[in-house]
Amino acid sequence: MTEVVATNETILVVGGGISGMTAALEAAETGKQVVLVEKRPYLGGRVSQLYKYFPKLCFPTCGLEINQRRAKMNPNLRVLTMAEVTGLKGEKGNYTATVKISPRYVNGNCTACGECEKAVSSEFDDEYNYGLGKRKGAYLPYRMAHPAQYVLDPRLIGTPEADQAKAACKYNAIDLDMREESVDFPCGAVIWATGWQPYDAAKIQPYGYDRFPNVITSVEFERLADPQGPTGGKLVRPSDGKEAKKVAFIQCAGSRDRNHLLHCSRICCMASLKQCTYVADAWGKDADVSVYYIDLRAIDRFEDFYAKVRGIEQVKFIKSKPASIVADKEGNPVVHGVDTEGYNRYADSFDLVVLAIGMEPSVDQASFPVDIVLNREGFIEADEANGGVFAAGCASDALDVNRAVQHATGAALRAIQVVHGAAGVEG
Amino acid sequence: MAADKKFAGYLCTGCGIGERLDARQLSQIATREGKMAACKEHPMLCSAEGVQLIRDDIAAGNATHIMIAACSRRAKVEAFSFPEVAMSRANLREGVIWLRPEGDEHQETTQEMADDYVRMACAEVRFMTQPTGSGEQTLNRSLLVVGNGVTAMTSALEAAKAGYGVHLVCDEGELGGVYKDLYKRVPFRAAPVGVSNARTAPLPQPEEPGVAEMIAAIQANPRIQVHLNAKVTKTSGAPGRFSADISVESGSTVTENFGAIVQATDYKPYDANLLPEFAYGKSPDVVTNFELERLAKAANGGPLKRPSDGKEVKAVAFIQCAGQRSDKEGHLPYCSGFCCTESIKQAMYFKAQNPGCDATVLFDDLRTPGAAGEDFYRAGQQAQVTFSKGKASAVDINGGKLTVKFKDLILDEDTAMECDLVVLATGQVPNSGPDPYAQLAVDEAPTEEEKAAARKALEVAPPSILNLDYRQGTDLPHLKHGFVDSHFICFPYETRRTGIYAAGPVRRPMDMKQAIDDAAGATLKAIQAAENAARGAAAHPRVGDLSYPTFRKEGCTQCKRCTVECPFGAINEDEQRYPQFNESRCRRCGTCMGACPVRVISFENYSIDSVGQQIKAVDMPDEFSEKPRILALACENDAYPALDMAAQSGGQISPFARVIPVRCLGSVSLSWITDALNSGYDGIVLMGCRRDDDYQCHFVRGSKMAAERLSKVGDTLQQLNLEQERIQVYEVAITDVQRAPQLINDMAATVEKIGMSPFKF
Repeated sequence: MTEVVATNETILVVGGGISGMTAALEAAETGKQVVLVEKRPYLGGRVSQLYKYFPKLCFPTCGLEINQRRAKMNPNLRVLTMAEVTGLKGEKGNYTATVKISPRYVNGNCTACGECEKAVSSEFDDEYNYGLGKRKGAYLPYRMAHPAQYVLDPRLIGTPEADQAKAACKYNAIDLDMREESVDFPCGAVIWATGWQPYDAAKIQPYGYDRFPNVITSVEFERLADPQGPTGGKLVRPSDGKEAKKVAFIQCAGSRDRNHLLHCSRICCMASLKQCTYVADAWGKDADVSVYYIDLRAIDRFEDFYAKVRGIEQVKFIKSKPASIVADKEGNPVVHGVDTEGYNRYADSFDLVVLAIGMEPSVDQASFPVDIVLNREGFIEADEANGGVFAAGCASDALDVNRAVQHATGAALRAIQVVHGAAGVEG
Repeated sequence: MAADKKFAGYLCTGCGIGERLDARQLSQIATREGKMAACKEHPMLCSAEGVQLIRDDIAAGNATHIMIAACSRRAKVEAFSFPEVAMSRANLREGVIWLRPEGDEHQETTQEMADDYVRMACAEVRFMTQPTGSGEQTLNRSLLVVGNGVTAMTSALEAAKAGYGVHLVCDEGELGGVYKDLYKRVPFRAAPVGVSNARTAPLPQPEEPGVAEMIAAIQANPRIQVHLNAKVTKTSGAPGRFSADISVESGSTVTENFGAIVQATDYKPYDANLLPEFAYGKSPDVVTNFELERLAKAANGGPLKRPSDGKEVKAVAFIQCAGQRSDKEGHLPYCSGFCCTESIKQAMYFKAQNPGCDATVLFDDLRTPGAAGEDFYRAGQQAQVTFSKGKASAVDINGGKLTVKFKDLILDEDTAMECDLVVLATGQVPNSGPDPYAQLAVDEAPTEEEKAAARKALEVAPPSILNLDYRQGTDLPHLKHGFVDSHFICFPYETRRTGIYAAGPVRRPMDMKQAIDDAAGATLKAIQAAENAARGAAAHPRVGDLSYPTFRKEGCTQCKRCTVECPFGAINEDEQRYPQFNESRCRRCGTCMGACPVRVISFENYSIDSVGQQIKAVDMPDEFSEKPRILALACENDAYPALDMAAQSGGQISPFARVIPVRCLGSVSLSWITDALNSGYDGIVLMGCRRDDDYQCHFVRGSKMAAERLSKVGDTLQQLNLEQERIQVYEVAITDVQRAPQLINDMAATVEKIGMSPFKF
């Protein structure tokens, strides 16, 4: 049975992505007791699924290593993974949270030796790679996953493989009798950092995401480019493994659109520029990249990066919202539209089309366990009416990593102010 | 404390260590050579039972210094957490058995590797001391906030709300800063839940600026003391014990003490006189976005009027990116991130207040990000503001009218439009102090062109804002374009002056909503800095580290290298010209230790000896054994994790490699290199983080310092008749999982080619 020691001076952080981790660490390092609840078996969220960050083209695991080190060393921080907040009652300074913990079937004895993985054979879609690759039923989500603890897929339970996994473990770390449990604990303030999910590209009917294998989303392309990804970093297309040298990026796909997401997700222009460098790095002079855009949003100091990518000869920018995408007999996606600068009708054929898909809040409006002020896109607005619940990161708006961390740091302060109030050190 | 040191060793035989290695031999080495009083073995040391074994020994007073031979120091951190004792960890799992293939032919060298790591870990812990307080710590729950505007005011209010006292230093006669003249502000929110996506749906409109309310809240807050017409004329000390002289224009000065500082000095509006092509300064009807606010305020809800003749404006053109996103002389190369929504807001003033007025926004990329931004763009369209994608080239005065010449990018033709008023959407120029590294930028500029640009920046240096009494300079270092931002994406508030945080547009260009959020973040970091300074704990990235540098004054030659090379300017000089360390300004990277040629600087738990003795503890086979020794000094931030992950993924390392993690390559003392060469090591590989303009070094300049120092080692090597290839410095990223072990293996191959070190015997 999981026990959580907490009081109304404890801060609850919901979501363990970069924003939740930051908010939790910053609060814990300011001396507060924090409980961090994350749905996945590991911390890091969606940034762990990125190959590089813009504009420095540096690696997410670099910052995650530091954050994970901070997390491991801080006695004020309690991390619960495979956990979700199912209920939140009370008021500012005095909440009771109900957390559902799903069974990992692996306990704290796990030494991450990997023997259980070798002992099983069934394969499942790998969530870490957005379903583009496979993983085993006993697995470590990715190589730097923290906690460094294996997971057993629930679909293994009751099959002989579960026993094989258990038999392979020398440390009694596999517990097939683990059950879902629910734990209640008090907290004074809540930081809601549940992040985002990619908009469902299949809904953008004219772009054929659900019909054409060589029309993919930006998050999927990121996995292809990552040497840790399903193709070992080789930019090859899904239908036939052909090298993807001629690539189209469609900006605002399903965004800024009355039929889909109304908002602009802020990061997709920069993300596509970053991915242009992946294509240019892979193929050099043979790369042939077209970016179809409405407004190129490389905002504030990001302008430097835009200038840099504009300087790559193999990258073209076309002001156009494409009308439709079809596929020819060889599976090459063909983008149809009008180049609005000069009004030229085009029908451009590519090896691969990448839809720069938008971010929508990962928690559905109806699923919030408390009353919370939202805007019509489902993002949380800062409001007194939210009491002691504060959004951090992409739960508040579509943000880049830098801004999400900035925002989460501020959210930590707001939570601390509430807890100080509860403690009598008032503000 | 001259208390007895009790050395205790612990060997875990789990995870295959017991199967692959001779545990008894390792235990004997720990006791006989490593001087551990005992070495206890356990089949699963990280288990509750194993940990209890260690806890019991500590509680019984039998262990003040423990050596744990098991998995990597990065694994099972929570289990092996014994903050009350000094601890070292021999990496036998990821560092030995996971990186070495099984098989009889490898058994001997694998055992030798493990033996050496145990010797090294014992040597390390013997020379470690548990960090104790320096006595410098003070808790000061008071912040200094420098700035006049919304950012500074927000910081002050948030700090006060968290229970902190604030002194707000404002260099004008009243609060409000750049947004003092704001008529309305861009709405902070998107349309609320329930509002449909219909074209007629009610959308966010320009709203009350809220600046006056903020000023009133500041004045009413008993925790905030405001100093108007004031400047900070001197700042000295360190987090927890900053002392600042606040001088008022009229002449009086007060001195106050602070725990931490927030610089929220915002920006200055761009000087539109640098845009003569737009007739600014020639016609009073060409105004900047800042000046437009004053016109709007003066209109007081009625129609906005032309400055020249007071007539109602009937046609207004907004020129976006005026003097921005351009590499022309005098222009800003960046985007200021707020002007697109500002112009939409201002266009809506005219649409609301000037009957029949045409308002056109001429833009290249319209930047209205997020949910609020996009909804506001829609609101502008709803108000029938015209958006025209075009690049303005000139504004001509035509009698009483203005003609805006532009290239219409949609129609692909050069054209012009007539209007009564032109608003130039100009940018933000950060209100930062002079860059303390401006001279260094000149010295290090790689091309003549960059040198000239750097010299120019040095010449037009602005007046100091903080007047820091630091040896390395008076203000916060610039990152780029005059902004005092952090170079790290994951750590936006990281600052090269510990305890002093930048917030708002002085940090990077931003709009009001972001500035308010940014102020909250910077305030949190400032509060955190003050609280941790009181505990003697370090800030990012070695968060919580209680060790700090000490130096043996009698050995110091006053060469100043430590004071100059410290990436954070943590070291001052005293009256006698000796370095003066400031514990709470220190990040514990050890660059000072690496810089010191006479080895007088060390940390309690990381010293010349704690690493040097590890190097010497390795058993050195003679030249006939055909077993070279490769020393790898790997930065703990990127290179060491890469090696651990290489081990996880089945990588392999030369059996002759001996890896020592270091805090930063900058902390590497040349004495370690000399010791290694004298001890007979055949090759030395140094692995640190990226060090160019897009540096990844977590201590900013550590990796670069190391590379520079080692570039000079070439001469020494020549004198010793050693080949240059025996020492290599590499930049390693955390994702270099294949490359990191390969670099070490490459050195082994080099050694095979050029032969063993002549210093062996």
